[in-house]
Amino acid sequence: MTDKAAEKRKEQLSYALGFGYALLLTVPLFASVAFDWLDRSTLLWITGVAAILQIVVHFRFFLHIRLKGQTKEDLQLILFTTLVIGVMGLGTIWVIFNLMSRM
Amino acid sequence: MSTTRHPGLNLGPHHGEADDTAEVEVFGFWVFMMSDAIIFGLLMATYVVMSGNLNGGPGPRELFELRPVFIETMLLLFSSLTFGFAQIGMKYHPHPARMIIWLLVSVALALIFVGMEVNDFITMAGKGGIPQASGFLSSFYALVPLHGIHVTAACIWALAILGQIAVYGLDDEVKTGMLRLGILWHFLDIVWIGIFSIVYIGGLA
Repeated sequence: MTDKAAEKRKEQLSYALGFGYALLLTVPLFASVAFDWLDRSTLLWITGVAAILQIVVHFRFFLHIRLKGQTKEDLQLILFTTLVIGVMGLGTIWVIFNLMSRM
Repeated sequence: MSTTRHPGLNLGPHHGEADDTAEVEVFGFWVFMMSDAIIFGLLMATYVVMSGNLNGGPGPRELFELRPVFIETMLLLFSSLTFGFAQIGMKYHPHPARMIIWLLVSVALALIFVGMEVNDFITMAGKGGIPQASGFLSSFYALVPLHGIHVTAACIWALAILGQIAVYGLDDEVKTGMLRLGILWHFLDIVWIGIFSIVYIGGLA
């Protein structure tokens, strides 16, 4: 029973930690927009990095995706999906903006 | 506890049959979620391409408001946390009372989110921000309400699970259903990270 209690505590801590990290990666961004702390391009770069970090936090602490010890290819699927979104999404943005600059 | 059998909270060996079926069922649902992620990713790319095409209509600074978007972000994040607690309640307590309470809290937070989002759309429409006004608004209304519909569907699913518990009790079907709903729930919060970063902070910064 004590094993179970320890595991439960560990899992509750995982969700609480994920929640804390997500707050840290969200609140300063909104504050920066509200109080105009940074110029536009700096803020956009920081937002991009914070969003990627927060997505990793959600995968790790809420969806329990880990680098090792998984019986199925959960992580590989995320990486493949990221690759597909990268190729098609960034490809779209690249091609269309290139086209716009030529018109 | 050394291996993880599927994404999200694992029930563990003391749930027997439910833990075994979950490995396959949750993996299948995970594949489906990844295909949904591609749809959202491409709609975001479309939005980025279209966001400059205002056609003389209102732009992001006239239409978006930071305060409700911040509250919506916090609502979804809190509901991710409370959904985690609902799953932990299901895993460690044979009686579903804790799970039901946390699930109801999660659904309430998500429904407030949807309500606030609809209110945002009505406010936008009042300022001339309707889908047919410009390419920017067409791509906005293709992306953001699609996420809202997903959240609404997840709430309906959660209520269906509560109905299943009322009729059948906390059986294996309900348990694996909760695990899959958890995947959808956390996934929708991840999509929202992309939306508030690209659409709202990108539009207002």
